[in-house]
Amino acid sequence: MSERTATIASRVGLHARPAAIFAEAAAELPVEVSIAMQGDPAEDALDASSILSLMGLGAACGDVVVLRAEGDGADQALETLAKILETDHDA
Amino acid sequence: MTPGRVIGPVRQMPPAVPAPAAGEGLDPGTTPEEAATALRTAAASVQTELKHRGSRASGDAKDVLEATALMAADPMLLKSAVKLINGGASAERAIWEAGDGVATMLLNLGGYMAERSHDVLDVRARIVAALRGVPAPGIPDSTVPFILLAEDLAPADTATLDPEKVLALVTAGGGPQSHTAIIARALGLPAVVAAQGVTQLADGTTVYVDGAAGEVTSEPDAAREDKATRWKDRASVLADFDGQGRLADGTAVPLLANVGGAKDALAAAAAGAEGVGLLRTEFCFLGRDTEPSIEEQVSAYKGVFDAFAGKKVVIRTLDAGADKPLPFLTDASEPNPALGVRGYRTDFTSPGVLERQLQAIGAAAADSAADVWVMAPMISTPAEAADFAALCTAAGLKTPGVMVEVPAAALSARHVLKEVSFASIGTNDLTQYTMAADRQLGPLAALNDPWQPAVLALVKATVDGAGAARAAAGGSAVVSAGTSTGGDSATGKPVGVCGEAAADPALAVVLVGLGVSTLSMTARALPAVSAVLRSVTLEQTRELAALALGAASATGARSAVRKHLSVLDQLGL
Repeated sequence: MSERTATIASRVGLHARPAAIFAEAAAELPVEVSIAMQGDPAEDALDASSILSLMGLGAACGDVVVLRAEGDGADQALETLAKILETDHDA
Repeated sequence: MTPGRVIGPVRQMPPAVPAPAAGEGLDPGTTPEEAATALRTAAASVQTELKHRGSRASGDAKDVLEATALMAADPMLLKSAVKLINGGASAERAIWEAGDGVATMLLNLGGYMAERSHDVLDVRARIVAALRGVPAPGIPDSTVPFILLAEDLAPADTATLDPEKVLALVTAGGGPQSHTAIIARALGLPAVVAAQGVTQLADGTTVYVDGAAGEVTSEPDAAREDKATRWKDRASVLADFDGQGRLADGTAVPLLANVGGAKDALAAAAAGAEGVGLLRTEFCFLGRDTEPSIEEQVSAYKGVFDAFAGKKVVIRTLDAGADKPLPFLTDASEPNPALGVRGYRTDFTSPGVLERQLQAIGAAAADSAADVWVMAPMISTPAEAADFAALCTAAGLKTPGVMVEVPAAALSARHVLKEVSFASIGTNDLTQYTMAADRQLGPLAALNDPWQPAVLALVKATVDGAGAARAAAGGSAVVSAGTSTGGDSATGKPVGVCGEAAADPALAVVLVGLGVSTLSMTARALPAVSAVLRSVTLEQTRELAALALGAASATGARSAVRKHLSVLDQLGL
């Protein structure tokens, strides 16, 4: 199991356009990625490719989230997704 | 009810998708696997369709459509639906319940997320429509311009209504002051509401629509084709307003705009509006769970004031309640919201919100070059007017006023206007309350007509009362501050009209004849109203007002006045 944390950079948080960009990118990856707020138990993690789950997560600008994935290409996948979270898409 | 003559093919707006019955199970011949596959196929087709629409949209609409497209095939949504299918539910019922769950979750998150819950419900309805093989709900997507036929339109439909694609609006329901009529006027589209039998017309039928005459005819003859062509030619004459409302004899009648935010204000200024006669402040509050901060309000109001530096801006304090509920201010369980705690009355139950809003308006006004007047909606008594004026003074606002929407305020205008500097008549609500007819109800459309002589009599009562109030004040009342061109007559405190009636060119003439000094309307209506006002003298407006007041019915008043305004026919209005 690979794990990586990322800080939400978008000023509106992980909603709207940033959430759409992230969910779409997650859906295109070869591995299943989960997302959770830092400190939440791993079994509560949500499907990163679900825009509705992301909206329910309610991650605001500056919040830290944990991305997790398993299998071939997991590290690369987490790196790609973390970069998206750490970019301010509203700028 | 909104002028314009066009010919084009019709498209029916599909009705809302009815909910699959609770407990609706799988067909005996269908396995859960087959139902899940059907659901995934339907979801994918909805996603493709929304993506396609998104690729042709721009700006906010594009972002919303693209995010909505993702929701359509959302793994979490589909997973919870498939779980329900495995428990024996039909695919339609499963996605319906799964969508409900997600929408409720978003609603509970409040704010921006709560607004998105509507998108989830829209997606859910589209998937059910796809599963049933019926047309998707909402405004039809078409590559050729069409005349939209609907039972009625909701405010939310405006967002997806493309004025480049829609030639005219025709609805079976709704009255002249319904959302459809207001949307049509704002978009400058010809519209006919409460049209009988139009829902029977097949998609693609060629139809002639005459908004001013309220006529909808299928298979139009040559004469009607000619009328539509002439309208197109004349529409260009009515394209511009030179920024000076006046009568044929030179009497100034300032023409102002109704706006709902800074974007509207810039468009209205560009259209030549001489100021703002109604700045609705609900845009700051609607769709929120909590009151916006003072700082947030100051910057929102200032955005509008800055578009009209040196000009008059009449701002209306929050008008929540009835058709505009607000979770933190109004009680959704009232049995009769139109007669409930709405408008100024919310200050009785939630004191403080109005004071803070006035504080924000005062700060924004102090920091801008606009001449800011402020008025309260739904004032009924002189005591309320006095209380409001005191709140305005405390916030440093010098020109307090009232909306006249309640017949009581019109009838006691003499006392009400002693307390404040001006009045603005909201004809939409004044008509609904005078005629005791809900403005959203199609069957009451004929009652809900601002041409009703009883409504006109109340306009006259307000103007007369304002005149008496000025006389009683011994000429010492300061009516306006700063550089206002307010149009206050020598004899009375100024009375404007900011309802939809001001946008009807013939009625505008009558209102001026009754003594109304300024007219405020959707910016689109400025050229037509200006053109018609310039064809009459003050004396003529008074004669026409007397004709309308003396009529026994709304239709009698309208036709008596229109007969004397040949310019209307020349302009196709």
